[in-house]
Amino acid sequence: MMHPMRRTLTTVWEWLDDRIGLAAFQAIAKKKEVPVHRHTLWYYLGGMTLFLFIVQLGTGALLLIYYRPSAEEAYESIQFLMAEVQFGWLIRSIHHWAANLMILALFLHMFSVLLLKAFWKPRELTWISGFFLFGLSLTFGFTGYLLPWNELAYFATRVGTQIIAVVPVVGETMLRVLRGGDDVTGATLTRFYAIHVALLPATALVMLGLHLFLVQRHGMSVPPSVEDAGGPKRVMPFFPNFLLRDLVGWLTALAILAALAAYLPAELGAKADPFASAPAGIKPEWYFMFMFQSLKYLPAHILWFEGEVVGILAFAAGGVYLLLIPFIDRHTGREHTRLFTWITIGIIAFIIVLTYLGYTANPTA
Amino acid sequence: MSDAPRPRSGTRRGFLDWLLSRTLTTWILSTSLGGLIVAVIYPVGRYLMPPASGESAASSVTLPYTPDELAPNSAKIFKFGNRPGIIVRTATGELRAFSAACTHLGCIVQLREDLGHFWCACHNGHFDLNGVNIQGPPPRPLDAFEVNVRGDQIVVSKGA
Repeated sequence: MMHPMRRTLTTVWEWLDDRIGLAAFQAIAKKKEVPVHRHTLWYYLGGMTLFLFIVQLGTGALLLIYYRPSAEEAYESIQFLMAEVQFGWLIRSIHHWAANLMILALFLHMFSVLLLKAFWKPRELTWISGFFLFGLSLTFGFTGYLLPWNELAYFATRVGTQIIAVVPVVGETMLRVLRGGDDVTGATLTRFYAIHVALLPATALVMLGLHLFLVQRHGMSVPPSVEDAGGPKRVMPFFPNFLLRDLVGWLTALAILAALAAYLPAELGAKADPFASAPAGIKPEWYFMFMFQSLKYLPAHILWFEGEVVGILAFAAGGVYLLLIPFIDRHTGREHTRLFTWITIGIIAFIIVLTYLGYTANPTA
Repeated sequence: MSDAPRPRSGTRRGFLDWLLSRTLTTWILSTSLGGLIVAVIYPVGRYLMPPASGESAASSVTLPYTPDELAPNSAKIFKFGNRPGIIVRTATGELRAFSAACTHLGCIVQLREDLGHFWCACHNGHFDLNGVNIQGPPPRPLDAFEVNVRGDQIVVSKGA
C-alpha cells in the first residue's frame, strides 16, 4: 500500500513529466558526475558566484521599490531607505556585500580556472562566456557604485568614465554617450541606472545560460597535474552529493552576508556635489583599486604618449590576453609549457601588491 | 524554390548546402534583414547620443562673493557656466583663476594650504599657483582664466 503523500507526489510528477519531460532532466542529473581529487575544492567557486548573483537579483529587485534615479532624489531615497524603511538597511547592506563577495568569488573562480587549465580544448567557449560574465560583473559594480549619488561614487565615476576618452577617434563621442553629456550629471545617473537594472541583468542571464549549458555539456575539467598522475581515483554523483555540498557553501555564504550586513552596514557618505573639490581619500571599489593605484605611479609622459594612455592601453592588452588565453596557451600533446602559468601567477601578484599599496600608501607622497 | 535540393537531414553539410543554394531566398532574407537591422540600429544609435545641452556660451562670470571674502592663501570653487573653476588668492594677495578640472582624468582640484599649491586627490597630481603641473600624472597645466576686479565684483573670463 503506497503512502497517500507519496501517491500524490507521484501523480504530480507524472502529470508534469507528460508535459515537460522531467525524465530527461532526471537522466541528466543521474548521469552527471564530479571527479574527486585534491583540487575538487575549486569546483565550488562557480556555484558560489551563481548563488551570490541570485542574491543580487533578489535584493536588487527589492531596492528598486524605494530607489529614485535622479540627481535630486537618489541620495535622499537611499537615506530614507536606510533610516525609515523597515529592514531597508539590511536589504541594501546585503546587496552591497553580496556584490563584493560575488566579485571575490568570481576572481577566485577565474584564476583557479586559469591555473588548472580548465580553458583548454574543448572548453574555449566556456572560458570566453565566463570572461564576458566577468566583464559584465565589473560593469555591474561600476554602474551600481554611482547609484547612491554620493561624493566618492561621483568622483570615481568622473575618473572611470574619463578613461574612455583615451580611445582614439571615437573616444570623445563614446564618453558623451556614456555620460549623457560632457560631464557626470543626473543624465549619467539615469543611463547607469538603465544599464544596471535592465541591460546588464538581461545580458548576464543569457550569457550565464550559455556558460552553464557548456559546463553541463563538457562536464568538469580535470587539472593536468591530476591527469598526469593517472586521473582522478574516484567520482561523486552531482545529485545529490555535490549539490548538497554546494548548499552547505551557500548557507555559509548567507551567514557571512548576514553577519557583514549587521556589523558593517553599507555606508552612504556625503551627497555628491559637482562643484566641490575631490575629497582626500577618494577611492574606487576594491576590485578596481589595482588599476587606480597603477595610474598614480605613471609619470605624466612615457616617451611621447601621456602616461595614463600607456597605462590604460596596457590594461586593455591584459584584458585581451585573458580573453584569448585558450588560443594562446594551447594544449599540444603531453608536454605543456609552464610559461603561461607563471604569467598568470605574475598577474595575480601584481593585482595583490597594487591593491595592498592602494590601501596603505600615503595619498600625497 | 522547388529545384533546390532537400536538406539531407542530420548532416551539417546538407543543411548548409540547402541554405546557400536558395539564392533568391537568401538574397531576400539578407537584404530585408539588413534593412531591418539598419532601421533599428540607426534610430537607437541616434537616441543614445545625448542632445546638445545648452552649453553655456558665457565667456565670463561674475562671482557671488567679493574680493575681501578671499583671504590670502585660500581658494574657492566657482561655476563657470556648467564647469567648475577655482579662484585663489596667493600669499602675496594676487587673484588667479583656473579651470578646476584636473588635466589628468577630470577630478576637481583643491588648494592645499599646507603645500601652498593645487592638489588633485584622485591620483595625487600637483599644480603650482600658475596652474603648471609640477608633480604626478597630470600631463599639462590647468586652463587659466582672466580675473578682473571691478569695485566689489570679481569677474572671471576666458583668457584671450
